[in-house]
Amino acid sequence: MMLVFLVTVPAILGLVSLFVKNVRFALTVLLSASALHSLVVVLLWTATWSAEPCWLLQLDVIGLLFLTITSALFLAASLYSIPYLLGDTHGERAAPHRFVPCLLWFLSCMTLVALTQHLALMWAAVEGTTLASAPLVYFYKRKSALEAAWKYLLICSVGIALALLGTFFLGIAATASSPASPGLSLSALMAAAPSMARPWLKAAFVLALVGYGTKMGLVPLHTWLPDTHSQAPSPVSALLSGALLNCAFLAIMRFYQVCLASGDAAFARTLLVTMGIISIAVACAFMVRQRDYKRLFAYSSIENMGIVAVGVGLGGAATYGAMFHAVNHSLCKAGLFFLSGNILREFGTTKVSDVRGLVRRLPVTGVLLTILFLAIGGTPPFGPFWSEFMIFQTAINTHVWLGVTFITLLAIAFLGMAGVLLPMLQGNAASPAQRPREATLSVLTPLALASLVLGLGIYLPRFLTDLLRQAAGMLGG
Amino acid sequence: MRDWADLLLLLVAVSNLYIVATSRLTSCVRASAIQGATLALLPFVLWSSGWNVQMFHLALICAGTLMIKAIVIPMLVFRAIREANVRREVDPSVSLHSSVLLAGVAAGISFWMARVLVLPHPAPTTLLVPVAFATVLTGFLVLVSRRQAITHVIGYLMIENGVFIFGQMLAREVPWAVELGILLDLLVGIFVMGIAINHISREFDHIDTELLSTLKD
Repeated sequence: MMLVFLVTVPAILGLVSLFVKNVRFALTVLLSASALHSLVVVLLWTATWSAEPCWLLQLDVIGLLFLTITSALFLAASLYSIPYLLGDTHGERAAPHRFVPCLLWFLSCMTLVALTQHLALMWAAVEGTTLASAPLVYFYKRKSALEAAWKYLLICSVGIALALLGTFFLGIAATASSPASPGLSLSALMAAAPSMARPWLKAAFVLALVGYGTKMGLVPLHTWLPDTHSQAPSPVSALLSGALLNCAFLAIMRFYQVCLASGDAAFARTLLVTMGIISIAVACAFMVRQRDYKRLFAYSSIENMGIVAVGVGLGGAATYGAMFHAVNHSLCKAGLFFLSGNILREFGTTKVSDVRGLVRRLPVTGVLLTILFLAIGGTPPFGPFWSEFMIFQTAINTHVWLGVTFITLLAIAFLGMAGVLLPMLQGNAASPAQRPREATLSVLTPLALASLVLGLGIYLPRFLTDLLRQAAGMLGG
Repeated sequence: MRDWADLLLLLVAVSNLYIVATSRLTSCVRASAIQGATLALLPFVLWSSGWNVQMFHLALICAGTLMIKAIVIPMLVFRAIREANVRREVDPSVSLHSSVLLAGVAAGISFWMARVLVLPHPAPTTLLVPVAFATVLTGFLVLVSRRQAITHVIGYLMIENGVFIFGQMLAREVPWAVELGILLDLLVGIFVMGIAINHISREFDHIDTELLSTLKD
């Protein structure tokens, strides 16, 4: 019951808020929905009765992990949205009345992705996330935003259509054991996996990797991602990057689970590692000397998704590292996109060359940006350092050249980011006309995320390590 | 019933070719509506005899497909054409002759693929898998070889249609609610795309997507 509740309540509240014209009231709806969502997720952690399977919904460890990330980020994004929407810096053409309903439907779809284990329903939910978030990308109604929204809508829809074909391929592969197909639920597919028709299984995984990989931003299917993430309003960028990419990754992992169950996952591992390394490399190339700081963060997302894919592909301890890195990346990247919203509001541009003297003009934002940059760059003692280290260790034990490539690319990414961000932080900006405007909530949410990342680097609570270990265990770690 | 199914699949293949060959935008949309209607009949013809499926499930899917793919979506696309004041000609980056040739190649590849990927159990009719692949590939062809946003939508529809045909092999395993969910996704997708096209035409005075290329590094 709780699971159905978790999916339907945001959807219904989204419908309700569609008819709310008052922005403040709509924000109240948004905030209560996200608080309720987080509350139920906490309940799912603590009380076993609440996670009872219902209809096509069923919660497993991986689902719980990604659901928790989504819920936490959504709560942060709703809090951040309050000063963001109430501020008067949007221009006349922005559409705040569309913001809350679409955001709530977006939440509902992402929750469904995490909760369902029926692959066709999961597909419908992933496609739903695209449709719910496309209007959010077009929030500012600028030409560039329109272009980004169109690319996002078309490229992701077409990509995901291939994932549906892959889903059906998997169903066909499963008919090999008996004339009656086991259907498309994960448990049945995994049970039928050892006797599956191998060519169909492999084709299914490739199609899923290409299809959901489009949504996850794996190179060469990433072309929509920097445009979309840089044009969307900052709280939406944070969710797209921190929560949505993970949902697409989860979808690929469902297929990977079937490959593992078939006992024939070597090809899937190779594909994941290859796509991952290529993603990291290409993202690095675009991060160095990047001229737009929101695009910089978007490319950094591609890089980090590549790291996660490499981690899962390597298997062993790296799988645990990949799960941990997915958590770390979400927290860091959401924080960075929130901060980019603060910078954008103050300077009115996303061009790196026009932003100088950040630490003087927006002291808290500047300091937090430094901290989160160090965190996502992989410096100790933050969480990403440990997760990247675990993946690196496995990589170098598997193949020395793989480990060396991996660590070199990470170093390039770090230096590239530093080269772009440090000039923004330093310098003496033209003296600000008025006192710096930093709304409390717009720095408090990134601060909370930054302290979480720091906390995860210093001390990992037992319940989290257990969950991560179990999730990694399900993915062959 | 197998002959009927083959006939419907042939009709789908012909409409694929027609969409690629025609130079008129409205004919494109009409052909894709006919393709949608053909697809709506397909589950009925394939599964109403021989297999013991729930008639309710079948009727629901057929009616839903007919409504959405043959009536509502073409209406939405026509409205987008009317409101966006689109040029009524297809604007291909590859000539129409070569497009038809490429569509033929795509059909050949599809038959080859269907031979290479051996089904664990034979399909209800031998045409099902190759026509499904051919529809997906032709959809991609339309997507990459045309410049207008409307034709991109039609290409996307064709890809979805191909996947739908392939999905008929698993029609009995997918719960009807999920199947309707997939249809609903398609509908909302086209609806949102229609709105986007409308905005594009207002912002840019035309809907060629080539000019939608200002965002880059």
